[in-house]
Amino acid sequence: MKKPLNIVILLFSLMLLGACGDSRMHSHGVYMLVDTSGTYAQEANKASKIINYLLATLNPGDSLAVAKVESRSFTEKDIVAKVTFDKRPSQATSQKRAFKDKIQTFTQAVKPSAYTDITGALIQGAEYLNETKSGIKTIVIFSDMQEELGKGTVRDFPIELDGFRIVALNVSKLRTDNADPRLYLNRLAHWEARVRKAGATEWVVVNDLENNLESILVTRGTNG
Amino acid sequence: MSLQTQQLNAAVSVKGGPVMSNWSAWLLWPDNVALSVFALGLLAMVFLYAARKPMHGIIHSSCTLAAHGTRIVSRWMLRAAEGMQLRNQAVLLAHGQESEAVRIDREFERVGNLIRKDLQEFPALQRKMLEEATHIEDDYRKCGTVPPPSPEWVAALKSIAQIKSGGDIPRTLLEDINRSIEKIHDKTITEFRRSYEERHKILKGMQPSWRSVEKLIGEMDKKMVTLETNTKQIDHHMHTLEAIRAKDSKAEHALTVSSFVQLAISALVMLIAAGGTFINYKLIALPMSEMVGASDYLTNSLKTSDVAALVIILMEASMGLFLLESLRITQLFPRIASMDDRMRRKLMIASLVFLTILAGIESSLAFMRDMLIADKTALMRDLASVRPAPSDGVLTSIPMIGQMVMGFVLPFALAFVAIPFEGLVHSLRTVIGVGLVQGMRGLGVLLRIVCLLFKRSATILELVYDIIIVVPLMVERWALAWRSNASVAPSVAPDDIALAKSRRAA
Repeated sequence: MKKPLNIVILLFSLMLLGACGDSRMHSHGVYMLVDTSGTYAQEANKASKIINYLLATLNPGDSLAVAKVESRSFTEKDIVAKVTFDKRPSQATSQKRAFKDKIQTFTQAVKPSAYTDITGALIQGAEYLNETKSGIKTIVIFSDMQEELGKGTVRDFPIELDGFRIVALNVSKLRTDNADPRLYLNRLAHWEARVRKAGATEWVVVNDLENNLESILVTRGTNG
Repeated sequence: MSLQTQQLNAAVSVKGGPVMSNWSAWLLWPDNVALSVFALGLLAMVFLYAARKPMHGIIHSSCTLAAHGTRIVSRWMLRAAEGMQLRNQAVLLAHGQESEAVRIDREFERVGNLIRKDLQEFPALQRKMLEEATHIEDDYRKCGTVPPPSPEWVAALKSIAQIKSGGDIPRTLLEDINRSIEKIHDKTITEFRRSYEERHKILKGMQPSWRSVEKLIGEMDKKMVTLETNTKQIDHHMHTLEAIRAKDSKAEHALTVSSFVQLAISALVMLIAAGGTFINYKLIALPMSEMVGASDYLTNSLKTSDVAALVIILMEASMGLFLLESLRITQLFPRIASMDDRMRRKLMIASLVFLTILAGIESSLAFMRDMLIADKTALMRDLASVRPAPSDGVLTSIPMIGQMVMGFVLPFALAFVAIPFEGLVHSLRTVIGVGLVQGMRGLGVLLRIVCLLFKRSATILELVYDIIIVVPLMVERWALAWRSNASVAPSVAPDDIALAKSRRAA
């Protein structure tokens, strides 16, 4: 009589353990990099709208962090706001409101940086998302993807982005790109090759912010 | 091997691969494919002719074996179908008998109630009717016509009329008498009329009594009609029960059809209930995420909150089931049905309390759902920087109240699912049983046909084999014919005769 009972308890415990272990595997982690270099700092309002979209779309249990890309961005100081939403929807809604307020304060006082350290920001983002143990990890880069490194900044080494999705947003064309479009295309190709070499599962470029925002996040079912 | 052939082989091996090179290896003269194939065919034919007898034996034995096998399986299937049918019949008849017994029991209970109720009223009714009858009889007696008494003066008048001598005295006398008579007559008439008037009044007073008696008789008649209907129904059920007990095929057929109909109806009701369950689930799935967390998953796509909502609904359904069981509306659990009344009543109260608590929880979850949706809508407005629309307090609270009411009512409504569920369970057994029996019979017949095919295919395959080696056979026949010309010998080969005999024996 005791043996079947033990088996039932064991199975139930396993099921519960499985359920607990599975919870983070289904969560979505998003790390958004906002380029604040040069004229791109003026695009902060657009970035704010995208962050609002992310806040509206992410679910309880998901993680979101917004960081600025500056001259040297491999630092936690560049993280403007970060949150892992509570499992309870009501608490998650309150957290989203607080997050929105933080972003609003940030966008009102953006200071342009001299250089753009995208690589450092990517490494920082990967580190943060790995810590969250999210099932689906997405790094959103709101930038023209033109990396400019200051003197003494070393970034020419291979980076690790295993299992990450990289989404490049609002990759605006520079004046030089208009003169020679190959520069723009080569820039995108270079970044795609770099992140794929680093182990990224997906590389997405979204320039139509009005109609194609759905491409930023992948639905849970499609990611297996 | 010539150089050309070698080159050809090399080309074949490069293009076609090893299969083609293997095929060419079979050719005796690779540079002459036709001749090689002919030679190979001839060799094969000779080999097949030599192996004719054992090959025929193999074909025959294999086919016989397969035929026997399928025949055995077919027989087993048909026997199993028969056994299953008997078992189904026993279960169906037992269930039908039980149902009819319950129906008869209920009808008797109704009749018993009717009789008990009416018999209780009968002494009062009888007394009332007797009183009314006595009253009517008294009145009737009072109404009896009493002729006015014959006046004594009629005899006096006769004697005066016999006086023969005329004169004034008798005339005056008669005139006086006449006057007196008229006076008395008038008085009598008046008295008579007054008496009739009184009788009419009495008769008028009898009308309510008549009506009362008529009404009482009508009521009795109605009750008698109800009783008659009930007895007719009991008769009908008794006939059905007798037919079931006698294992009548018509009764069995009727029960089977009834099971199919019941299954269809129960399935339809269950489908409607499933719709209700879905609505119920939608009402509480979102707020359940507030209780158990929205990001926990049991499987890849199954949220814990969804499962929790489903569990709540299933618990409500279970409580409803126990409630109906303890009320003896359904009889899915014999243990509950056989409980003593006190225990059963306790169970009923417990089920009802739990069901009410769960309904209350669901109602509050529905309220929470509305709050969560409102909160999320406000957040979306904030994120989109849209001003909130001016809201009418009454209009916005209507959906919330509706959700709460639905949340409270739906569990009780779902409790009644136990009734079609019971019907589904009982009828499904019969329907599945019938389906299995028919399926096994069909399979049995199919296997029988396969058995026949195997039997016939032995002859066909032997003939096909003989067609392949037709040339050596023709040579054999010619040789036999030539030998028979030389000496008297049977035209048919002895082997063939032996084989034909063995086939007939098989």
